[in-house]
Amino acid sequence: MTELAAVLDRILIKTLGGVLDGYLYPFILKGMVVTVELALASLAIAIVLGMIGAVAKLSNSRIAKAVAGTYTTLIRGVPGIVLMFIIFFGGQLLVNNIGDLLGWDYIEISEFIAGSATLGFIFGAYMTESFRGGILAVPRGEIEAGYTFGMTAAQVFFRITLPQMVRHALPSFGNNWLVLTKETALVSVIGLQDMVFNASQAGGTTRQPFTFFFVVAVLYLIITAVSKVGLRWADRRYSVGVRRA
Amino acid sequence: MAESAIVVEDLHKSFGALQVLKGISLQANEQDVVSILGSSGSGKSTLLRCINLLETPTSGKVFVHGELIKMREKRPGERVPEDQKQVDRIRSKLAMVFQQFNLWSHMTVLQNVTEAPIHVLKIPKKQALERAEAVLHKVGLYDRKDYYPAHLSGGQQQRAAIARGLAMEPEVILFDEPTSALDPELVGEVLRVMRTLADEGRTMLVVTHEMGFARDVSSRVMFLHQGLVEEDGPPDQIFKQPKSERFRQFLSGSLK
Repeated sequence: MTELAAVLDRILIKTLGGVLDGYLYPFILKGMVVTVELALASLAIAIVLGMIGAVAKLSNSRIAKAVAGTYTTLIRGVPGIVLMFIIFFGGQLLVNNIGDLLGWDYIEISEFIAGSATLGFIFGAYMTESFRGGILAVPRGEIEAGYTFGMTAAQVFFRITLPQMVRHALPSFGNNWLVLTKETALVSVIGLQDMVFNASQAGGTTRQPFTFFFVVAVLYLIITAVSKVGLRWADRRYSVGVRRA
Repeated sequence: MAESAIVVEDLHKSFGALQVLKGISLQANEQDVVSILGSSGSGKSTLLRCINLLETPTSGKVFVHGELIKMREKRPGERVPEDQKQVDRIRSKLAMVFQQFNLWSHMTVLQNVTEAPIHVLKIPKKQALERAEAVLHKVGLYDRKDYYPAHLSGGQQQRAAIARGLAMEPEVILFDEPTSALDPELVGEVLRVMRTLADEGRTMLVVTHEMGFARDVSSRVMFLHQGLVEEDGPPDQIFKQPKSERFRQFLSGSLK
């Protein structure tokens, strides 16, 4: 009996605990923090770009429409990983060319900034479409009613359109967020030490890649599960006054 | 002589090649209730929407209390308001009641009624709440003040929309077919509220299909046909002795 337990213990330590011991916190969990921070930073950028894009696409200005149209077409037509390299290397060149002109010292763009800029830029295009759909779903008459009472365009947008578009945009917004969270794994290619990067390193060192990637998969699932709770809360918050069937 | 509230001079409005209004003039003095009749496509809603600049007239002038709404030509055949601030200010004096109510669905009745007074007229919140309570009592919806529009009947929604307009203490109220989207048994409650407003001496422009209202309540009736005024006068006169053949047909069609 004691012999059996000892064998089981050795197996467990060997397959999971033993390998994770000394790697889980300093690598994987710290990587997870980077992943979450990266996802949130990218989301913030994506929301801003998405809002600008949606308003531009729905505006009367031909130039704004053309710029926003080019943006979404470009992003949706080029793989994320290619954009990642272009922005990481190209952004570096651009910043330093500008820096040379202005007499700055050499500036190195951090992987985090390049990563969140790229992901924010990519997902801003998807958010543009989500937000555009959300805005279009707000009844035209309610917007008109706002203007009729003498509200300015900004008041109508912030007090009538925005609070109502959230509900309509939320399902597709939530989907974008989940995809964005997973796409953060792309940044490991430019050397940002997120959880995938660290799992790959630790897996290589210990020659136990399966264990580490398995743990990473579970951690991604936890992040997305928590997100869903938040999204459900937001859906309730922005559905006041809506009659549920 | 009564002061003019709304004056429209030779108003034209085209949408592309489609000419909707072909030269309409109208004068509504203070305390007038002007009913605007006409079959669908006659331009009556467009006329109303040109008065508060929801549509910019292709040509012609609109005066509100003697003040000309300034417009400029953006490109040939297309005008835009010259001074958006002026438009916003004038709009805040003209309440509008829509066929589809258009209450803001994410706000309660009370929030709907206090929204524009607080954010457009910039009156203190406390005062806006007092006003809101008074107008909700008037339309008989005080007990529904915390409901969202989706939980009200059509008649209640329209009364809430009227309350929303009244809370602005408007100089003129524009009604765009206020009862056309309602079930027949709900029309009465809205018309009763409108009658009360007329009795109070409020200036109203009412696009409607309610012949009874036009005949009994209005001080003037206009009949529009294909973008032109076909008949215009006090209800007694034009219902008894219509001059235009089109209006006679319209009446026999709708009175049955």
